[in-house]
Formats: sequence, C-alpha cells, structure tokens
Amino acid sequence: MWKFLLPFAAFIALVVLFAFGLNPKRDLHALPSPLIGKLAPAFTLTDLLDPSRPVSNAALSGQVYVLNVWATWCVPCREEHEALVQISRQHTVPIIGLNWKDQRERAQQWLEQLGNPYQAVAFDADGRTAIEWGVYGAPETYLVDGKGRVIYKFISPITGQVWEREFMPRIAAARRGGA
Amino acid sequence: MIRTAAVFRARPAVAALVLWGFMAWAACAAAVEGVDANGQLENPALQTRFERIAGELRCLVCQNETIADSNADLAVDLRQQVREMLVAGKSDDAIFDFMTDRYGEFVRFKPPLEPKTFLIWGAPFLMLLLGGVIIYRVVRHRSRMSADDESATGS
Repeated sequence: MWKFLLPFAAFIALVVLFAFGLNPKRDLHALPSPLIGKLAPAFTLTDLLDPSRPVSNAALSGQVYVLNVWATWCVPCREEHEALVQISRQHTVPIIGLNWKDQRERAQQWLEQLGNPYQAVAFDADGRTAIEWGVYGAPETYLVDGKGRVIYKFISPITGQVWEREFMPRIAAARRGGA
Repeated sequence: MIRTAAVFRARPAVAALVLWGFMAWAACAAAVEGVDANGQLENPALQTRFERIAGELRCLVCQNETIADSNADLAVDLRQQVREMLVAGKSDDAIFDFMTDRYGEFVRFKPPLEPKTFLIWGAPFLMLLLGGVIIYRVVRHRSRMSADDESATGS
C-alpha cells in the first residue's frame, strides 16, 4: 500500500511546487511591502519645478492619493509616463511624484517634453525618502488612503489596464471607508 | 679610533634608515585611512560592526548579493544609512528592525532564528534524517534478502 501511495504523494507535492514556482505570471522580483496597512512615512522635500517651494505629504491628509516613484535614468518609467498622463486627465486622485536620485534639470526637461501628470513632484536627490518608503526600484507606485495609511503598492510600470483593475476598485473602497 | 669613527660614520645611515622606515609607515597608514571613498568609520569597533551588518543585509536590486558586496546605487545608500545609524549609537537590532520595517523580512540575508524560520534552518537536518531513514530501510531490506539467499543455498 505504502509503496504506491508514497510516490504518488511525492508526485502531487512536486506538481503543487512547480505550479507555484514555475508560474510565469509570478514576478520573482516583486516583494510584498511591509508598509501596507501602516501609516505612510511623512516627507518634506523641495518641489522639482520650484526648489523654493516645499512638497509635503502632510498637506494631503484626508485625501486618497497616489505616490509614483520615477527617475529619468529609469527606462520603464518612460513607458509608464504616457499612461500616467492619460490617467491624470481623469482627475480621479492626486498623483504625487517622487523623483528619485535624479538630476533636477533633466527631470524638469522630461516633464516639459512628455507632459506632467503630477499634482506636485518631490525631489529626493539623496534617496532618503525612498528608503523610508522601502523603494528598491523604479517605477513603484503607492496608494495612500484618507487616513494616511498605505493600502497598496504596485511594482513595475502602470498601464491603463493595471489602473482600472488594481487601483480604481481600491480607490473606491478607500473613499467609502474614509467617508 | 678607527672603530669609533666607523660607528660615527654609520650613524647618519642608521638615522636615515629609521627616518625612511617611519615615513614609509606614515604613508601606509595614511593610505589605509583614505582607501574607502565613502570613508571608513573612524572607530574600528564600529567599522567591524558595520561590515558584519552590511554582510547580512540583502541588496534588493540584485537580490542575491549583500549590500556589502553590491555596487548598486541602492546598496551605496543603504550602506550610508547603516553607517549613520552606527555613528548615532543605534544597536544592531535597531538597524535590522529599521531595514525590515521598510523592506520586509527578505532584506535579512541571514534570516533570524525564530518560529517562522524554523523550517528554513531545520530543513537540512530534516533532509539528513530522511536520508538516514531511507538508507537504514534499504540496507535492512537487502541484508534480509541476502540472508534469505544464504539460507536458500544452504539448504
């Protein structure tokens, strides 16, 4: 009895392991953020476009907003940018940019040439704020609810589809919960 | 007379040798202190702790390297963060907690021994045990078979 059952059990175990481990849809580099459900780290940085103006996420308290981490050295960010511009036209939520370890002039040029989907862009030259948020690559996008809690993190470029599928339902739920 | 003169004559050479030796040592010492562009920590005890901690934190960009080994921008930033926390007098645990709070458990290259990680740490021993049991059963089975053979040929 055992002679048949044991190899069969081992086979089933392998199938389960492979189904999980070799799943092509599983992104090995996407890590769950420990920030989910916690208060978003506060930051006050200078505005990318106007260095004399501060940008702080405290000003957004009570609102659902999106924080998008980008940089001009980040190739996939360029691909994402067009989608962000489209999304920003819907005016669903404020999109705040976090310009990560970049050069101010280059980043300004980027927005001039490709359009500016952001309500404001915080300029994080030394990457300190990015460390606070647990950023380890760009682009990364966080969704923060009205109570200032991080409710979702999306790693890799946002597309229109991703926005509809992942962000819109969560934004709607956050607004219902926050009202 | 001649001997003392010889000693006298030798003295400048000795002095020069001593001076040269000192200068060489000073140059080496200066070179060692200036090695790391990011600045080694002045306190050697802190530097030792820094190297150990950096060797146990994962660089999340390259994932199979520690932040001590990696040249990725993020690794440079995280090393700087660790240095500053050490200088500020933070404990090793406080630094690991800081990183885990932001980057998750995965940032620990060497996972801590706790109930959640018992399986990871115990797996090699479990495998060894399993292998031992299999070998034991196979050997016992075979020795019983050969014993059967002998009794069969014997009769």
